[in-house]
Amino acid sequence: MTDPAPNPNTPLNALQDRDITRPPRSQWREVWDQFKHHKGALLGGGFLLFVTLAVLFGDMVWQLDPKKLDIRNKDIRPIYTAIWNSDAKVSWAHPLGSDNLGRDHMAQIIAGGRASMAVGWAAMILTMLIGTTIGVLAGYFKRLDGPLMRFTDLVLSLPILPLLLVAVTLFRQPLRANFGPEMGMFILIVGVIGVTSWMQTARIVRGDILALKEREFVLAARASGTTSKGIIFRHLLPNVLSPIMVSATLGLATAIITESALSFLGVGFPSDFPTWGKMLADAVPRMQEFPERVMLPGVMISLTVLSVNYLGDGLRDALDPRIRGR
Amino acid sequence: MLTYTIRRLVLSIPTLFFIALIIFLLLQLAPGDPMASVPLTIPPEVKEKMREALGLGQPLHIQFLKWLVQLFWIEPQVLIDYLTNRSTLLGWLPDTNFYTPCGPTVEGPCDLRVLSWQTRSPVMDIVVQRLPQTLWVVGMSYVVGILIAIPIGIYSAYRQYSVFDQAGTFITMIGFSIPPFFTGPLLIVIFSVQLGWFPFIYDTTHVVNDWDSFLFQLKQMVMPVMVLALQTTAQISRFMRAAMLDNLNQDYVRTARAKGLSEAVVVIVHVLRNSMIPVITVIALGVPGIFGGAIITEVVFSVNGIGQLLITALFANDLPMVQTLTFMFAVLIVLFNLIADVLYGVLDPRIRYD
Repeated sequence: MTDPAPNPNTPLNALQDRDITRPPRSQWREVWDQFKHHKGALLGGGFLLFVTLAVLFGDMVWQLDPKKLDIRNKDIRPIYTAIWNSDAKVSWAHPLGSDNLGRDHMAQIIAGGRASMAVGWAAMILTMLIGTTIGVLAGYFKRLDGPLMRFTDLVLSLPILPLLLVAVTLFRQPLRANFGPEMGMFILIVGVIGVTSWMQTARIVRGDILALKEREFVLAARASGTTSKGIIFRHLLPNVLSPIMVSATLGLATAIITESALSFLGVGFPSDFPTWGKMLADAVPRMQEFPERVMLPGVMISLTVLSVNYLGDGLRDALDPRIRGR
Repeated sequence: MLTYTIRRLVLSIPTLFFIALIIFLLLQLAPGDPMASVPLTIPPEVKEKMREALGLGQPLHIQFLKWLVQLFWIEPQVLIDYLTNRSTLLGWLPDTNFYTPCGPTVEGPCDLRVLSWQTRSPVMDIVVQRLPQTLWVVGMSYVVGILIAIPIGIYSAYRQYSVFDQAGTFITMIGFSIPPFFTGPLLIVIFSVQLGWFPFIYDTTHVVNDWDSFLFQLKQMVMPVMVLALQTTAQISRFMRAAMLDNLNQDYVRTARAKGLSEAVVVIVHVLRNSMIPVITVIALGVPGIFGGAIITEVVFSVNGIGQLLITALFANDLPMVQTLTFMFAVLIVLFNLIADVLYGVLDPRIRYD
């Protein structure tokens, strides 16, 4: 056997590609790779996903009605109290206990979480919509910049929490009359949080748009006849997506805390409608005997907000191209 | 700098006017009737009289102007009279008598102050009564928070990614995430109920006159101050760490080390002084929050300060009180925004506004 004669058509060995070049990786792939390195952000994102799914579908698994009164089974302690206190009144039918009217605590946590998370997400989306719109308009159209930014400064110097309380206490009645007690309150709280917390987003988006619109690709788009609307939606908005996402996580955290604070002060949802803040507030007078009724909703609020904050931290690192790859 | 300050001061007048207008309209257009709780047996003409006595009969713009006049003309007169007649600080000045109170014995024109609908006493008097409690608790927590936050921020930045830094960042995150209406009851359960160390109701009538009463005052202040200081610490230490990190990699730091200066001098004198500039402005921006009181913490620990005053006034539909308090907060926010900007320019010679 002899070596086959070298084929004149094969390229020189040194010029051959050793390994196949992969197609260029997409930007989001890079972001995900960076994001994976942030342990806190991964945990936070996972927990947020878990809580969201749990409050959405939890009532299919745990089918007790959170509003059902069961006076014979009132004041049941959570099942874990039996570990150190064998006399405690516990029952597997109510693993997290029941309150002074016999309403199941687990079902209430699920229902309360649904209200808190719904308010949080809706208020965050509203905040982002208002903030992005004002930021883009102020950054892109020079004529609107002055008035809109003065307006933003004006709103920034309003005392937010007192005004929130004023608005909620004063506009409660008409909205309740028009949309029903629960829906009316939902609209009011979401609207009030949205109207009072968009300013930071608007400022960040405006700053980024101001820098972006001087870049060559915007000039090229304009030269090829793209309308302002096209430039904004196709070229500018995708580029400011990352700061918007970061401030969205912050917005979600603030919205959940604000809703709970309003419920805690007694200006939130009606009394038979559970939310985490309301459960906490209702449990405070009897917390000597039943500390778990304060702890459980409080821990849920804190963990959710903590996970959202960690998620935001990780997103900020992952979306910043200067840090990426380190 | 002076021209800049004056320009900003002049510009803040229309801002404050707009804020006053927004607050006034929000409260006036809101559908809450102050006469709603009056018994139904009162005949309508008497009700109308009561309404007029509250100043509600006039059109909106007259009410707004009257409120502004009361706030900016009559209340300062009362303050000046108090300062020159009774205060120890300015009591040596000749007594003034600008303010003429209304009453059955007074003839001719008299001045009406902003009256609370709940108590029928002047709003400002109540505010002056409530302010010390808020300043003690919230102000003390702010000072404590800053004193804890600055060393944490410095050391976290100096040893970036060390165990201390990780722990500091985690505590910062917790401070951001756990709301005061949870930490408050939590501390009460642990320290008042289980351990019995501190009282869980803040006794505002307590008078400090000897060592024991001073100790009691300290004890009752510990828990509300801890709750609020956690939040302050979280914010300020984060800013401090970021500012230190920005400066630690600068060329002048390498130069200072190359000159042979000790690490302590490099960090404390060179880096810290430059890093404090943004932190001081952040601290200034937080000061209005002290006067605004911490509504939730004051409610949890029953401190009868400004925040608690605002929320009880809201529930009682006491519009003049709510209006005046909210406007005072807005004035403080605008003022301290201005102070923060001016401080920034004074401390950092690279910033030139003019």
